[in-house]
Amino acid sequence: MVLGNSIRSILLLIMAAIILSACAAKTTKKVGDYSISQISGDTYTGDETVKYLATGVPDRVFFATNKSILTTASRDTLRKQAAWLRENKNINITVEGHCDERGTREYNLALGERRANAAKDYLMTYGISGNRISVISYGKERPVNAGSGPLAWSQNRRSVTVKAN
Amino acid sequence: MKNVFFLFFLFVVFFAKSSFALVEIDITRGNLNPLPIAVSPLYVESKSSEVLKELEVGSEIAKIIETNLSRSGLFSPLEKDSFVQKPDIAHLKPRFEDWKLIKAQALITGKVNITSEKLRIEFRLWDVLAAKEIMALAFTTVPDNWRRVAHIITDKIYKRLTGEDGYFDTRIIYVAEKGPKNQRIKKLAIMDQDGKNTKYLTLGNELVLTPRFNPTNQMVTYMSYFRNLPRVYLLDIETGVQEVVGEFPGMTFAPRFSPDGKKIIMSFAKDGNSDIFTMNLETRVVERITEHPAIDTSPSYSPDGKYICFNSDRSGYQQIYVMRSDGSDVKRITFGQGIYGTPVWSPRGDLIAFTKMYKNRFYIGVMRIDGSGERLLTENYYQEAPSWSPNGRVLIFYRETKSGSQGEGFSATLWSIDLTGYNERLVETLTDASDPSWSSLLSK
Repeated sequence: MVLGNSIRSILLLIMAAIILSACAAKTTKKVGDYSISQISGDTYTGDETVKYLATGVPDRVFFATNKSILTTASRDTLRKQAAWLRENKNINITVEGHCDERGTREYNLALGERRANAAKDYLMTYGISGNRISVISYGKERPVNAGSGPLAWSQNRRSVTVKAN
Repeated sequence: MKNVFFLFFLFVVFFAKSSFALVEIDITRGNLNPLPIAVSPLYVESKSSEVLKELEVGSEIAKIIETNLSRSGLFSPLEKDSFVQKPDIAHLKPRFEDWKLIKAQALITGKVNITSEKLRIEFRLWDVLAAKEIMALAFTTVPDNWRRVAHIITDKIYKRLTGEDGYFDTRIIYVAEKGPKNQRIKKLAIMDQDGKNTKYLTLGNELVLTPRFNPTNQMVTYMSYFRNLPRVYLLDIETGVQEVVGEFPGMTFAPRFSPDGKKIIMSFAKDGNSDIFTMNLETRVVERITEHPAIDTSPSYSPDGKYICFNSDRSGYQQIYVMRSDGSDVKRITFGQGIYGTPVWSPRGDLIAFTKMYKNRFYIGVMRIDGSGERLLTENYYQEAPSWSPNGRVLIFYRETKSGSQGEGFSATLWSIDLTGYNERLVETLTDASDPSWSSLLSK
């Protein structure tokens, strides 16, 4: 009788494991037409809109809503930009700050400025002179993705490094 | 007890009926019954040979008055086909019984004299139920000004019947937009508040944002990306001359005039941080008003110039703060759910209008200057940046629509709504539009 109970418990455990593993298999969600798997912690992690300043040097970093904090991935990108700038001492850059459309216009101008400066400050800690870096905020005026939805908005919350000369 | 109630009922009915003798409108109540008003075409006394052209002016002026009154939501202009009396006779002595028959409670009649050099417009406002004239005025001006006279007449009528200053002899400055959503072409545009007489003040070669009038409505301050340097500018509407405000070594934005027109208040961004500064236009002296590592922007003076409300994220998210105009005594006034932006002080001094964002929806609302009495007037997918009519009774703001993945279906439009939350309506513009700002009364 004890053995029968044990078998039942084991069977229940196995069933539970199967059910749980079936739930865990889902890693991407679809909302409307957009796949949210390219967003982590409200920050865009994909490369659809990314351009390259040089081989292996992405030109932009992304931000969470209302934030100007640099993620680990952003800092990694900026270190690559700094290395490239150290190798090419005659290149000056402009860092642009941008926001998504889901905010008031004037505050977004200020937030864009904050984002651009976050990127600039990080480049400066890696030895790039502030004289080589100018900053411009476009607020929400120049989205790269003209759509309306979480994916478009995450692609628009960005700081882009552009060659100035 | 029942008898007392019955007597009281009679008492109320009797007095209520006699109060109709002097037509009056209370615009602070919601859910009004618009006052039925008859606007007779103005009768033209012709002394020149251009009879047809003059005849049009008479009915055009009446049409402007009628449309203005109708758009206020407080009046219900009656159909002209039902008018029994001809304009010239009605202007001399209206047969009130005829006007009562078509249910008019107020009547406007008038007369126009026009020569090549001069325009004289006379109007009378009649209380139909009391059967008497309650206002009679005449205006003389150059013929080109006939639209403005129609707006001024509307203001006079509005004031006589509501007790409040009107807002019809005013203009609206805004940003005219067109093009794909990620490469918008923007120009400064100005128009009469009824949507007519649109003029463009910039060419569209650079981004322009958030224009505002000065108190005399002769200058505009706005933000421009001219030469890729985002700065606050000053524009003379008459001459078209533009000049950058001050010599700031970084982005300046969100500009407004002080109530005396002597200063421009704005945000200045340095090393990533935005603080509020003023610049005296005459002395060129720049004063710092806020000093805080948080974003401080969207400053707006109280009408007496003693206080400033502004937007700051010093508590973590966008909230509204009030401080003295020297920057002292900063107090947060918004504590509700959601985040708040674009605060703008009413010209009456009693309220602050704002944009609120909550659960991915946008609201236009008002609150008392201490933050109490928050009232949300309208909700939308996206709307922001209210601006007050000069009588502090109407707000104009803009909306944007959701768009498809390539930006298709995107549009930006201007809307107005009464303080009561009623009479929400589209403000017609020739193109897409955003960032509207209302002038003060032109004739003051």
